[in-house]
Parts: sequence; structure tokens; C-alpha cells
Amino acid sequence: MRTKRFRPDVDVAPWKGGHAPYDIIKEGTIALVVVGLLTVMLAVVFGSPDEPAVTIKTWSNATPVDFAMTALSELNQTSGTAQYGAPYNTASTGQKLGPLELAKWVGARVPVNTVRDFVINPLKSLPDQPVLTADLRQWSTASTSTRDQWIKNYTKASTHLTFVNGQVTDTANNVGPVSVFINDLTQMARTGALDQALVTQSGFYTTNFTLPLLFLADGSYLANLALHQHLMGDQWGMMNETGNYPGQAWLWLYTFWYQIAPFNSSANADVLVWGIMMALSVVLILVPFIPGLRSLPRKTRVYRVIWREHYHNTAQ
Amino acid sequence: MSATQFAALLPLNTLGHYLHWHFIQISVANFVVIVLMVVTFVIALVAPFPGRRRRKENQ
Amino acid sequence: MSYTDIERQWTTRLRRRFVHLLPPEKLLPDTQPTYVSSWIYVFGVTTLAALVVVIASGSLLAIRGPQWWHTSSVGHFANSLHLWSVEIFFFAMVIHLWGKYFMAAWRGGRALTWMTGVVTFLTSIGAAFTGYVSQTNFDSQWISTQAKDGINATGAGAYFNVLDMGQMLMWHIVLLPLAAVVLTGLHVLLVRVKGVVPPFDEPAKVNA
Repeated sequence: MRTKRFRPDVDVAPWKGGHAPYDIIKEGTIALVVVGLLTVMLAVVFGSPDEPAVTIKTWSNATPVDFAMTALSELNQTSGTAQYGAPYNTASTGQKLGPLELAKWVGARVPVNTVRDFVINPLKSLPDQPVLTADLRQWSTASTSTRDQWIKNYTKASTHLTFVNGQVTDTANNVGPVSVFINDLTQMARTGALDQALVTQSGFYTTNFTLPLLFLADGSYLANLALHQHLMGDQWGMMNETGNYPGQAWLWLYTFWYQIAPFNSSANADVLVWGIMMALSVVLILVPFIPGLRSLPRKTRVYRVIWREHYHNTAQ
Repeated sequence: MSATQFAALLPLNTLGHYLHWHFIQISVANFVVIVLMVVTFVIALVAPFPGRRRRKENQ
Repeated sequence: MSYTDIERQWTTRLRRRFVHLLPPEKLLPDTQPTYVSSWIYVFGVTTLAALVVVIASGSLLAIRGPQWWHTSSVGHFANSLHLWSVEIFFFAMVIHLWGKYFMAAWRGGRALTWMTGVVTFLTSIGAAFTGYVSQTNFDSQWISTQAKDGINATGAGAYFNVLDMGQMLMWHIVLLPLAAVVLTGLHVLLVRVKGVVPPFDEPAKVNA
């Protein structure tokens, strides 16, 4: 008879020893009752967090100059969204995993044109605005170089933007309709109409908040709230919850990589960290097949504590 | 049902407390959960399990 | 229909195969090996119980829709039940993972049990993530606008848009719970088929 080599980390002899009574249904029922009661207790004592959502209305009323600067960044296409690349546009090649430009290969399948979607279309939706309508016509009939000049002039003067008597005021010259656009968009935002215009661009019944969320994320208001709540990336924010609630402790390893070199200063950090975590996940799935890793349980001998009663009885 | 009947006894809505150690930052809440997990694991390993005599009889 | 015709039916063949693999006394056993003598063994069933409470509390939230819990204290309590059952679920699941690792529970042809367990864990993380971005509050605004960078960088963001609350909510309440339940079911059935892994012992020669 051939003898197959016994691998202690892979093989185990079938159990030929004794069995004791076991009530599986009772065990399941007890577990359900205990977990149910514990859940109710924790919910009664601690509740759950619910920090209200931020709207573009709250943002633009709280920090109108920050909103106006963000609106300008959408118009002059220097905002995070405008420069993002796939899946929103082709402004950049996006992140690389070695030679792999994964996002670029898939393409801009959630197209966002910040000039059109964040500024021009919302302003066009405002009724009975003769001055704005004329300015929008001026914009649409102007050449690209003229528009670029207007935006460049406004951007140069934007460090002096102020908010006085409910109006965004600037010191810029030769800016065409840009000044009106920024001020009117800020007023629109402050009424709440911009929140709605951004959402309903995709129709009446929409549950897709891509546009207002991208616009919010381009500004500083949302990020400042997050900083206050310790949710920023360099604060290990991925693990955290608002307030004093426990968060997602199981994401400790995912966020760990972002805190150390070279990831903490790499333009490809997101895809690199994702690549590492995918690789580690595959390793975890394949532990039974990885020599060394599958030997650690036998070598660390923690099992001697788990099965101490069994070893004691068999020794006797 | 009144609103107060379902309000939490000790809501954790105040700003979080954080522990700092070198480049590591962790919320007190998460730290407590992780410590509890490790402690629970160790207790599960070492605590005596009922039914010892019955198992010995059936060995 | 002849006897042979009945034997060849899909129903007959599937039933026989299932009953052979998992006879009733194996599916619902009334004994277990005497080496099952540690509290570490309760964390599998605790995880399962927590999954039941997660789904039950989630169903409560579904009754009145995704906005209910912001304006109702009963709804907020239902949300709290859902949050804490998820915390217990991950708490128990990770301890179960630690225990099974140190028992090398993949031994004796149980690799698939281990693998389905890990895949269920990863699926649960996905379910938790889609839950976080479905809260319709500041937390979901922040998490979605941050997570989009990670997911977009892989190319998946073109199809899995974390800023699309409708899509995220449907993944959270339909697709991922279905996946988690199916994977958990497979995992538990594998434990029943293969039995709980025996302890490490002296190396023995296995006859081919």
C-alpha cells in the first residue's frame, strides 16, 4: 500500500473518538436572544449618530466667499472635479498601478462638465432674469479665447473677492458676464434653488446626487466639518465615526497605508493601497494553500489552550 | 409614543476623544472596541467550558 | 412512468445527492465531538445570530423608507438597533476568524469552508460600506466623496457610483444581503458536511 505523506498543517485524521450530546437549535436560539438583548441594550444606552446633511444652501450662506471661489474654480476648470479625469472627464490620466491606467482605460462614463453642469445650466434654469439671460447669450456667442480672457482676468482679481450686503463683489475688469455668473450663482445657492437644479438635471425622480456632492466636495466647507469630526485621511478618518461613536475599526489596515511613505505623498496612493489590500485579501482567502502562513497556528501552539481538555483526557 | 421614550440614555454625540501615539491616531471608542475584542478572545480561550464531566464520560 | 424514468429525474437525483451529502442527522446533529470544549466555538453562531438581527433591524428601517429615521424617534431607535447589531456582527466575526485561524480550521479538506468564510467577511465589508453611504446624512456625504477616489482609481467607479444614493441603497438592501446570506448558508452547510475540525495530533501515515 502506498503511503501518502501526512502534512500536519493540511491534513487531519478523521475523528474516531467520542461524541457528547449537543442541542444545535437551543444553541442558536440562545445566541439569538443574547445578541438581540445586547443590541437593544446598546441602542437604548448609546443610540446612533445622525449629523444632518450639508446642503449647498447651508454652505453658501455660511461661507459665501468660499462658495464663490469654488464656483469660479468650476468655471475656470481648476476644481478637483474639473481636473479629475475618469470617470468624470478626460482632464487627467488618473492614477496608475504600475503601468496600468485602470480608470483611464474604462473612460469617462459619468460625464461631468463643470462649466456646463455647475454654472451655465443651473443659471439657465432661472426664470425672468433679463440681465442674466443677456449675459448667458453673450457667453454662448463669445469665442473660446474671449471666454478664457474673461475668466483669466476674474481669477487674477479673485483674491479680493468679498461678500457685502448680500452680494459677491470683486475688483476685476474686462470680465464679460463672469462677475454676474458668480454673483447670481451664489444667490441661487443661498436660496436652495441650486441644490434642486443640480439634482433634477437628471430628471424629476432622481436618487443620483453626483453633481451636488462633487460641487460640495470641491469647496472647503464639507472638509472643514470633517476635519472638526476627525474624519480626514491623515487623521485615520476612514476608521472613525462622528461624535464619540465607534466607527469601522476593521478598516485599520486599509487606512494605515495612507499614513506612511511612499503612499502619504503619492499621486497614485488610492490605486496603490487598493492593489495592496486586494493582494492581502487574496492571501487571506488562500491561507490554506500558503506554506509558512498555514503553519503558524501549529507553531504558535495557541491550539494547546483551545483543546487543553481534549489533550488532558487523551493523555489520561 | 412620545419622542422621549426612544431617546438614548447616554448619546455619544459630543466631539470624539482621540489617542495619539507617534503617527497613530485612534478614537477612544475604536480603541475600547479593539481592546474588548482582544480581551473577549483571550477570555474565550481560557475560560472553562461547561459539560466537562459529560464529555469525559463520552470520550 | 417506469421506475428507471423516476430514478433519472432531476428532482430524484438532486434529492438523493443532497440526502447522501447531508442526511438529517448531519444537517441537524444532536451530538458533537468531545473536543468541542471551548468558548471560542460560540463566535460562529454569535455571528450568525447577529446577521439575523442586522437583517431584522434593516427590515424595520425599510418599512418607512430611507428618510424615516431622521424625523422619527422610533425610526432613530430602529437605526440604532441596526448600527449596534452590525458592530456585534463584525466583533463576533473577527473573533471567529482569529479562533479558526489558530485552530487551522482548513485542515482535512476544509479549505472551502475557510475560503467561503473570508469571502463572506469581505462581502460584509462591502455591505457595511454601502450602508454608510445610504444614511442620507453628513456621514454619507463625507464617506461617499472620499471613497469615490479609491473606487474611481480602480476603474470601477464608472459603474459603481458611490455618489448615486439610489444605486448604493439598492446594493445595500438587495444585492449584498443576498450575497452575504447565500455565502453564509454555503459556509454553514460546509461545516455540517465536513464536521468541526479535529485538534492537531501526532502525524500519522494516511493510506492512499
